[in-house]
Amino acid sequence: MYSYTEFDDAFLAERNAQFRAQVERRIDGSLTEDEFKPLRLMNGLYLQLHAYMLRVAIPYGTLNGAQMHKLADIADKWDKGYGHFTTRQNIQYNWPQLRDVPDMLDALAEVNMHAIQTSGNTIRNVTADHFAGAAADEVADPRPVAELIRQWSTDHPEFQFLPRKFKVAVSGAPHDRAVIKAHDIGLQIVEQNGVLGFQVIVGGGLGRTPMIGKVLYDFVASEDLLPTLEAVVSVYNLLGRRDNKYKARIKITVHENGIDDIRARVDARYALIRPQFTGVDQQMLARIEADFAKPTFKTAPLDAYTQAYDSDPVFRSWADTNLSDHHAPGYAIVSISLKAHGATPGDASSHQMHVMADLAAQYGHDELRISHEQNVILPHVHRNDLPALHAALKDAKLATANIGLISDIIACPGMDYCALATARSIPIAQEIATRFDALKLEHEIGPLKIKISGCINACGHHHVGHIGILGLDRAGVENYQITLGGDGTQDATLGERAGPGFSADQIIPAIERLVLGYLDLRSDPAETFLQTYRRLGLAPFKAALYPEARANAA
Amino acid sequence: MAKPFTPKVVTANALLEGDVIYQTATGWTRDLAHAEVLTDEADADLRMIDASQQTGLVVGVYLADVDASAAPKPVHFREAFRAKGPSNYAHGKQEAL
Repeated sequence: MYSYTEFDDAFLAERNAQFRAQVERRIDGSLTEDEFKPLRLMNGLYLQLHAYMLRVAIPYGTLNGAQMHKLADIADKWDKGYGHFTTRQNIQYNWPQLRDVPDMLDALAEVNMHAIQTSGNTIRNVTADHFAGAAADEVADPRPVAELIRQWSTDHPEFQFLPRKFKVAVSGAPHDRAVIKAHDIGLQIVEQNGVLGFQVIVGGGLGRTPMIGKVLYDFVASEDLLPTLEAVVSVYNLLGRRDNKYKARIKITVHENGIDDIRARVDARYALIRPQFTGVDQQMLARIEADFAKPTFKTAPLDAYTQAYDSDPVFRSWADTNLSDHHAPGYAIVSISLKAHGATPGDASSHQMHVMADLAAQYGHDELRISHEQNVILPHVHRNDLPALHAALKDAKLATANIGLISDIIACPGMDYCALATARSIPIAQEIATRFDALKLEHEIGPLKIKISGCINACGHHHVGHIGILGLDRAGVENYQITLGGDGTQDATLGERAGPGFSADQIIPAIERLVLGYLDLRSDPAETFLQTYRRLGLAPFKAALYPEARANAA
Repeated sequence: MAKPFTPKVVTANALLEGDVIYQTATGWTRDLAHAEVLTDEADADLRMIDASQQTGLVVGVYLADVDASAAPKPVHFREAFRAKGPSNYAHGKQEAL
């Protein structure tokens, strides 16, 4: 993976020194909060409900063991011994103190990490497929170009004060695991006549006005990508609305002006700036690609794996749900669930982080990934090492066999932490997981994605959940609205509102009625919730959710 | 007719720790029960001005409704979480209880 150059180290040291001085000036009174706030936000520091929160970027979700160990050490030294992995492949510390943050940033710099542009109206952490470099269906590893975009966008002088935040996601596989159509720019690596390039999707996003991104270009050659991105963001920077925060994202710019108008403007801008890109970026990309060379995969027998699979039902259940196909023979991609039933989705204790880092070193070529679904991935594990790995994960309470199932819930921090939230998310996720675990129905229900946001900003991706839950404040009481049929994959679809919301007490029974209703409705056990929904539409699911309405209508 | 003024407290976050704090007659407290309850609108405006000027100590000053029938208690659930801490771990103010 990418390791910092002298230039990177010097840049980060300088930036951290600047922020240290800014914190000092804030504390001694030389800076007001109004002056300080944009500075702290550009360095990932929020002030939340109970405390400061530091959001650290995990670029394109890739970590090595030393980095994971450092994240754990930071959690122990300056926080409360845990971290929260987010839907944008970041980690958040919920309890830092202002004076300590510069030291935390210096500690991160020791392992080539930072919190730059994890907030503010800038180009944010570039995200990617969490199976990048390992997936069997991959056309090309999206991480080298994601790293190039990280370098291009970091401290980019033209793009430090955009109309609003700007999120880029990259996928190198036809199966979209990075929700690229719900990003300001989504990039899909595609092959055309034997040449790799990018499909460029623009104007997707969730939040208050959810939109599925539109194709701006079907194919952009690799050497034309950065100037294309620069042209898009440049057009948005001028055209994007600054009069209304809620209409300031590029999805609104695209919606109001039309994709053809945007394309014409981008074309014009591109023609102007293309000559400035003399190919240096391609030289840099070549260097970066060398850093992402695939590990040397071993050839080994599968006897230990087969033996465990045939004899240990707990291992088999975990293997059936938590493994994905690897491109290398004998290897698997391991998803480590951070969704133990009743636990906070996305949270890992420092002990668990150390365990995962050690296991990555021992069995996984020292690589880890963070998924937007708030789980941790060991991308390269030989199947014969899986029984030993599984045993170690069990000891650390990391062996929950629920990837892609009803308890593998995305939940934003909600009103338990977030200053913007209108209701809690975490307890709803905990209760749903606990309830369906008690019912012992999880595996029978099969693939089902529940996504929960504690406010309209949709950090919990509720619009693209098969079942989406949105927490709102209705006259001083928490209220939960359900959307159905959303999908965050290559077939991206926004969920439909099911009807009136439910109170915190009613939402768990409502989800139970809905899911039991699905079990009755599906044509056979292989038909997933989403397939059944697509076949039958909203009405029968609505009837399951609102039995009173059905009784009244009868 | 203007809405009648309901009891309020001045609240903010502490600059250094980020912790939720409430204004008292003489300074700030971390405990809502010890906050100064404001029942007069003009008085509340003055207390807000005073609090807002203390930029070296506090961030994000605002007035929050309280139930002041006994020691002040939160009215809205958001303020209840601020006064207690998150619901998934016994962290924040509830740690000290």
